[in-house]
Parts: sequence; structure tokens; C-alpha cells
Amino acid sequence: MKYILMMNTMRAKQPPFPNWSTEDLHTHIRFMIQLNQDLRESGELVGAEGLSFPDQAKLVRAGKDGTPVTDGVFPESKEFLAGFWIVDVDSPQRAYEIAARASAAPGDKGVPLNMPIEVRPIMSGPPPEML
Amino acid sequence: MSSSESEAVEVLLRELAPQVLGAVVRRFRDFPAAEDAVQEALLAAALQWPKEGVPDNSRAWLIQVASRRMTDSIRSDVARRRRETEAYAVAGETTSEPVVEDDIAQDDTLVLLFMCCHPALTPSSAIALTLRAVGGLTTAEIAKAFLVPEATLAQRISRAKATVKASGVPFSLPAGSERTDRLRSVLHVLYLIFNEGYTSSEGPQLMRADLSNEAIRLARLIYQLLPSDPEVAGLLALMLLTDARRSARTAPGGELIPLAEQDRRLWDQRAIREGVALVSSALPKGAVGPYQLQAAIAAIHDEAAVPEDTDWPQILALYDLLKRMSDNPMVVLNHAIATAMVQGPSAGLALLDALDRDGRLAGHHRLEAVRAHLLERAGDRSAAIAHYRLAAARTTSLPERNYLMTQAARLAADATPGQETSNQ
Repeated sequence: MKYILMMNTMRAKQPPFPNWSTEDLHTHIRFMIQLNQDLRESGELVGAEGLSFPDQAKLVRAGKDGTPVTDGVFPESKEFLAGFWIVDVDSPQRAYEIAARASAAPGDKGVPLNMPIEVRPIMSGPPPEML
Repeated sequence: MSSSESEAVEVLLRELAPQVLGAVVRRFRDFPAAEDAVQEALLAAALQWPKEGVPDNSRAWLIQVASRRMTDSIRSDVARRRRETEAYAVAGETTSEPVVEDDIAQDDTLVLLFMCCHPALTPSSAIALTLRAVGGLTTAEIAKAFLVPEATLAQRISRAKATVKASGVPFSLPAGSERTDRLRSVLHVLYLIFNEGYTSSEGPQLMRADLSNEAIRLARLIYQLLPSDPEVAGLLALMLLTDARRSARTAPGGELIPLAEQDRRLWDQRAIREGVALVSSALPKGAVGPYQLQAAIAAIHDEAAVPEDTDWPQILALYDLLKRMSDNPMVVLNHAIATAMVQGPSAGLALLDALDRDGRLAGHHRLEAVRAHLLERAGDRSAAIAHYRLAAARTTSLPERNYLMTQAARLAADATPGQETSNQ
């Protein structure tokens, strides 16, 4: 069964750069690379993407004639998706386990961040037999 | 079957792929269908040969099998379309004949490359088609390398083939100035394939590195066919001289290491020697082009045992030439870096201001990253931090973003501002 693990950590008004030391940044980056590596090796990783910072985001709607009307993202949006993983696992428990590991990524001075990770099943079940 | 046997078969098949396809296209004059038939023949051989041994005339075997697939598919269509009845008759004749070696022309590979890199195709389509039709890679392998679903890539390839068919290009080499233009597209596509493999440092690294190897293999192939074209030699040299630094370019954790900080002992000296020899013999031929100049610049970097040995005045002179030759803002950016290395950071920063006014690179992350670097060298720490952050916010490469954020963090932690001032 497939799950998406969404890391909703970015805030529109806050600078996306934590004032961490070079070493703490390195530790954090290595942790994320290792996590992806482990999921790839366990055969559970379907995809993982990191997203650009919110200032690059645009809200798009179709205008009257169907042409795109773009707008910056709104400051009232509290949180933005920073990145996501799609994993193919044997149980929801395993998806939660992976999410918990990602959540505890090391931050300032190596202290676990305990970020909220939203876990949702992906609609990937087979279609029912139509009789 | 042993894995080394199937590896040897794979190498052979990839070599034969364009020759077989060329022969089948010339017989049946239907590029899209021939391309499918050859893929099937290659798959059949990949399964059969490691077990049963490689047939004596492996190329003829593949042409035979692919031609049989062609006749089968034509036969199944024949009741519906009269036009193809004629083709069926032709096909029926040809497959009963033994394959003669005359069928195989060296030029076929070249003609195929020209087709696959047709200017009517978007770069991503041309890349996919080239890798499959000339490189002999399967759709699954290409999809994996580009991190897209196989179905997406299969669709991209079949649309590309339809575009080539609709463009009505004959299966022959273009002549005169058209040939020069088309060769330029071919070289550009190979260059893009190389970069795709080279610039990634996260993700399934091996797969991506394979793209660089494949680009080098294809560039070698063209070089063998057109050894006297200096730009072909220049492109191959550029790839070799750049790829030589591959293992020094990233830390074990995946972080990018800039040129000046790389462990130069890790550079591949054999690739450097080959690249230097190629570009040294191409340049005196007199038809200097952008690939030769970029290769010459790469060669100067590669020949410096320590960064301080780099002959920046010569690099600057080469960028001067390159700048006159192409109106590419990225070249202007690199020219600014070389200027800063020779004349000091403020001279480089002044050139970046001109790039801001030019507008094409305005807001581009590379422009901001270079500015940050030059500001740092000029001793303006807080402006450097701001521009490293700006660049980090704009890049779409995760390893690069990590690198730029690390640079900003390093400067922010630096307690003594202004100590970095230096002219070199």
C-alpha cells in the first residue's frame, strides 16, 4: 500500500533559513540523504521530492477565457509543503514509522526537530470487479 | 548465464543497435515501425544470446529478426490498408534474401543521429529518442535515468517518432549548410545528455552517471565517423575533461564540492590526457567553435595541480573569444568570474551589474550565487550572506541549495567580518 508523507514545515513569513551552524546544517542534510538511501535500499521508496521555498510558489486559477491567472501565495497560509515522500509499504504502521524517523531529523545543535509529518494513504487500490 | 556474459552481450547489442536500425529503416522506409522492431530484436537477443551463445553474424541475426517483425506487423495491417500492400510485397521479397553486409553502412549511425536530433523535436524528446534508437537503451532504462514513469517516457518516444515521420525527412544525410546546422543540434543533444548525468548528485547516482557515460560513448561514435570535424572533437574533449573530475565533485554525503576545494588526486588523469590531446589537435585546424573553447578552458583547470596554479589570464582570454562567438548569458557570467580572478572581485561585480541590466539572467540563481561569492571575496560579508540565501531560494537543485545554504551559514558564523578580502 502506498502512502504520501508530507512535511509541512515551511512558513510564508519566516525566512526558510534556520540560523543553524554549518555543522548542524550538514548533519541535517546528511540525515535526509541517508533516509532516502535507506528507503531506496529497502525497496520502499516510490518517490521523494524537495520543493522550492514558498516565495517561488504561485497560486493559479483559470481566468474567464481559460488563460492562467497567477498570484503570489497568501501570507495567511500558515504552512507550506517543504517536501514529500511516497512510499510503498506493507502496513500503515510502517508508514508511521518512516514518518516518525523523518520527523526526528536533527536541527539546531542536533536536537530532533519533531516536525509534523502528514501521512495519507494514496488511492492506489485496484478497481473493484464490475459484475 | 554468468553476469559477465550478459554484460558482454549488452555492450555488443548497444554497439550494433544503430547499425541494425539503419539497415532496417533503409529496407522498409518506416522509421517508427523499424525502431520498434529493432527494440524487440534487441530484447530477444538479450534473452537468448547469454544462454545460447552469440551467433556468428550477430548483426545479420538482428537485422533478420527485426525484418521478420516488420513483415509480421505489415502482414497484419495489410487487409486494411492498400498502400501497405506494396510495402508488404517489398518486405516479402527482402526478408527471403540473406542479409548482405553491404546493407550496413557506417553512415547509418550518423543519419539516425540526425533524425533523432531533428530540430522539430523538443530537447527532452530528442534526448529520449537518441538514447533509445542510437544508444540502444530500453524505455525502462531511460525512464529510470530521468526519474519519470516508464509509461510517460514511452509516450514521449512514440510522439517523437511521429514528429520525425511527419517532418518527412528522407533517410539520408543532409547536405551543405543544412548539414552543419543539423550537426549542431546533434552535438547539443549529446551535450544535454551529458549534463543531465553530470549535474545531478543526489538520487540514484549510478543511473545518472550512466547518462554521462552514454553521452561520452555516443560522442566517441560521432568522432569516429567525423574525425576531422574540430567541434566534434571539442565536444568529446569537453565531456572527458569535465567527467574526469566526477569523483572529486561530491562528498560521500552528497554535498557539492566546488572546483577550488576538490581533491585533485581523485581526478581521472587518463581522461584528462585524452581530452587534452583531442582539443590540442582540434584547435590548430582553424575552425574554432564553442565546444573547443570550453574544452580548452576545462583543460586549463584540469592541468593545474593546485588551484593556485590555474592560468586565469588564459582562461579569461578564452572566455573573451567565447563571448564574441555566442550571445549566451551563461558565458557572460563565466567571463565575469574569470575577470574577477584576474582583476579582482570588484571588476567581476561590475560585469554582473551589466548582466542585471541585460535582463535575461536577472534573478537567476547562478547570477546571485556568483555575486555572493564575489561579494564574499570583496569582504562584504552581510551582502554575501543575503545573496547566497537569494540564490538558495531560487535554485531547483537540492544539492546546490544545500551548498548555498551552507555557505550562508558559514559566513553568518564567521565572527570576524572583512577577513576574507583578497584579490585572488
